[in-house]
Amino acid sequence: MSETARPKGGVDLQRRDMPTQDAAARVHNFEEVALGYTVELAMAEARRCLDCKRPNCVTGCPVSVNIPGFIRELAAGNLEGARAAIRETNLLPAVCGRVCPQEHQCEALCNLNKRGASVAIGRLERFVADWCALHEVVGAQTAPAEPVAASGKSVGIVGSGPAGLACASDLLKQGHAVTIYEALDEPGGVLIYGIPEFRLPKDIVRREIGEIRRMGAQIICDFLVGRTATLAELREEHDALFIATGAGLPWFLDIPGEDLVGVMSANEYLTRVNLLRAYDKRANTPVPKPRRVAVIGAGNVAMDAARTAKRLGAREVSIVYRRSRAEAPARHEELEHAEEEGIRFQFLTQPVEYLGNDEGRLTALRCRRMELGEPDERGRPRPVEVADSEFDIPVDLAILAIGQSPNPMIKDTTPEIEVSRRGTLVVEPETLATNLPGVFAGGDAVTGQATVILAMGAGRTAAAGIAAWLSQAT
Amino acid sequence: MYRIVERRQLVPDTHLLVVEAPHVARKVQAGQFIILRPHDEGERIPLSVADWDRDAGTVTSVFLEAGASTMQLAKLQPGDTLPTYMGPLGTVAEVERVGTVVCCGGCYGIGALLPIVRAHKEAGNEVICILEAHSSWLLYWVDRHREVADQVHVVTSDGSAGDKGLSFDILQQRFDAGQPIDAIHAIGCTFMMERNSLAALAKQTPIRITLNPVMVDGTGMCGGCRCVVNGERKFACVDGPEFDGREVDWTALVERRKSYRAQEIASLQQYESRGFLGSSAAVETLGERDE
Ligand SMILES: Cc1cc2nc3c(=O)[nH]c(=O)nc-3n(C[C@H](O)[C@H](O)[C@H](O)COP(=O)(O)OP(=O)(O)OC[C@H]3O[C@@H](n4cnc5c(N)ncnc54)[C@H](O)[C@@H]3O)c2cc1C
Ligand SMILES: Cc1cc2nc3c(=O)[nH]c(=O)nc-3n(C[C@H](O)[C@H](O)[C@H](O)COP(=O)(O)OP(=O)(O)OC[C@H]3O[C@@H](n4cnc5c(N)ncnc54)[C@H](O)[C@@H]3O)c2cc1C
Ligand code: SF4
Ligand code: SF4
Ligand code: FES
Repeated sequence: MSETARPKGGVDLQRRDMPTQDAAARVHNFEEVALGYTVELAMAEARRCLDCKRPNCVTGCPVSVNIPGFIRELAAGNLEGARAAIRETNLLPAVCGRVCPQEHQCEALCNLNKRGASVAIGRLERFVADWCALHEVVGAQTAPAEPVAASGKSVGIVGSGPAGLACASDLLKQGHAVTIYEALDEPGGVLIYGIPEFRLPKDIVRREIGEIRRMGAQIICDFLVGRTATLAELREEHDALFIATGAGLPWFLDIPGEDLVGVMSANEYLTRVNLLRAYDKRANTPVPKPRRVAVIGAGNVAMDAARTAKRLGAREVSIVYRRSRAEAPARHEELEHAEEEGIRFQFLTQPVEYLGNDEGRLTALRCRRMELGEPDERGRPRPVEVADSEFDIPVDLAILAIGQSPNPMIKDTTPEIEVSRRGTLVVEPETLATNLPGVFAGGDAVTGQATVILAMGAGRTAAAGIAAWLSQAT
Repeated sequence: MYRIVERRQLVPDTHLLVVEAPHVARKVQAGQFIILRPHDEGERIPLSVADWDRDAGTVTSVFLEAGASTMQLAKLQPGDTLPTYMGPLGTVAEVERVGTVVCCGGCYGIGALLPIVRAHKEAGNEVICILEAHSSWLLYWVDRHREVADQVHVVTSDGSAGDKGLSFDILQQRFDAGQPIDAIHAIGCTFMMERNSLAALAKQTPIRITLNPVMVDGTGMCGGCRCVVNGERKFACVDGPEFDGREVDWTALVERRKSYRAQEIASLQQYESRGFLGSSAAVETLGERDE
């Protein structure tokens, strides 16, 4: 690893593939699908980076990771330095390297992308984080060199997903005391209860949360804000609050038959499997073991549910989506992995009714074919029904993954807080302050379901807003 | 970790559970519930709160051995700890000064009813309790209800204690006799709550019932607890669990529960052989496991 040379002259346009578990084997286990780069592959990939004068890649990253900087350190064999460079702005590199939609963010704007071979930034980020964890390079770069003096201020954070964690980390670095309140029994938000083990091993999330604990964050679980204490009560205990409660309220289709046994939200399915570890024989969480499953939707959540069902032994798993593959919102890698695993895709298909038997159990999904019409307000082609095109897909489990909005708990128990018509919290964009003094909000609770890295970015923006507010409020 | 202060059998298959959980004890009110896990690998089980001590920071529930998780819970001893104890959850029981209130409890609902009875007394109502069980040896907490309520009626299906019949019969008698009933509360099996709700509907009397669908998170995140009330989709864990029984779509609920018929039959056979119906909760809650 002493090699420091970078390509002179010729540009290497061969993006290094990341080894993955064979599809035939992996559909029978919950182990991680993508195995990560070896040292050799990582070094070879790192050396492809041109260390551009104008690193457009950085503009594509919502938290502006110093991409050429960390790759430079990596190529020079300084992994600790590489990790430190990433962690200046990204608290959870092992997570983001795995789940960021890089093809729309950093890698989309990489200068090599024009030539069809962007640097595999996400994979390198993951490699750096994993290597450092394996070699126990922990904490060294996270704890400030000199302990900062305690500010005497305390901040309460509601929700322990990426937004809450990122905010906590930044505030701790400035000497503020931080208490995180989490409703579920383990911190991490969607990283723990939503994204499955085979895509994001929970040990990695726990490791990264462990670092935030070591920095001094107090995390209180089993605490549902709104019920265990109201926002107003917490506000009295802390000098400021940050609401990072995510977008956990699942949408339903509102078509006939939705109350049949065998229709459930992806949240319910994934929570049973991930948080309650239904895949683990020792845990006694019931989870349906159907033969035929239809997952409605084509985002990351849908792919996760479909691939989970496959691993739990379903013979046939279909994704039912009303637009075409090109519009599917999932990360490209997840779509490809799902296809490799034998998930069937029914594109341009809209469910219109759930059919059941006389025992109230789902037996089939009645669907209609669609075609793409005029673009909608977001520029995506609008699906239009094809006349007389109804057909039934026989299934015993239908999983809904058609989107979700913020949980109304905070709004319902804090009527004075301002929310939009969509139920998202309204904030001042620069500081993420809500209309209540000293109360800030960010992440999916403000944007609706977005991404891990955007939520983290919001956590950091809020931390800056809160710090400024605390210094004024003396 | 939350320490168990007390766990003992009240009557066969039904246990008292007192847990040290100051965060819940501080805030809890009548009608609310908690979610616990019996051990690290265990599933999340919702239980209604039957009592609490704010000073000691303890919370009490009465639970019935319905399946694997509640059976494991029944094995725990004072001093053991629970990894999860979350709450208080759900809305607070709707209690106002209305006049005369009839409170019906059956099964674990006899325990869960007590805070509601108390709240109605505190609100200044005349409270009549109807406690139902299949047999005398399944009755508990009758004295505790007597301490609070103005009148306590006991009914058993086999007539071994109090009147023979169901809470519905006593309720109907009161209606028929034209005795005042300004509001009703009922906690127990779905069958009891449905029947009493239909009686209340006929007399246009408000009735609050506590639904107990399968729950996972208890925070409004999974939708597993959805039910139809007044034509709208509600999540029982956050919008309820208490609803107006006249507005609940019982047919939809019962339809959804038809899938548990095999277990209901099994449980009925148990009734024949053991002399009591396993428990309403066990009947309707078995299932979902081995499909
Ligand atoms: C299945 C799935 C797959 C996904 N895949 C990807 C992916 O591949 N890439 C990507 O970038 N994004 C992905 N996302 C989206 C991403 O996970 C979210 O955008 C991100 O987690 C949002 O972070 P957050 O901190 O705002 O909220 P969350 O992660 O949702 O965390 C909110 C936390 O707050 C807690 N909470 C809520 N209400 C209360 C309350 N009243 N009191 C106390 N605690 C409360 C919740 O229990 C939760 O733990 C996925 C989402 C899902 C569901
Ligand atoms: C708001 C609410 C309050 C409740 N209060 C009490 C109470 O005070 N005392 C009491 O004995 N029981 C109460 N229950 C029912 C209790 O939660 C179930 O009996 C228990 O979860 C069964 O778990 P088990 O593993 O022992 O049984 P299982 O073998 O898992 O199942 C038996 C049946 O119980 C039901 N059940 C299982 N898991 C859940 C779950 N997570 N939520 C709801 N029902 C479930 C299912 O229908 C299942 O088929 C309440 C339920 C709710 C929703
Ligand atoms: S955090 Fe995400 S978007 Fe930013 S550089 Fe890393 S992988 Fe790319
Ligand atoms: S744009 Fe691409 S090649 Fe240039 S510095 Fe960024 S990652 Fe390296
Ligand atoms: S239990 Fe999940 S939404 Fe109610």
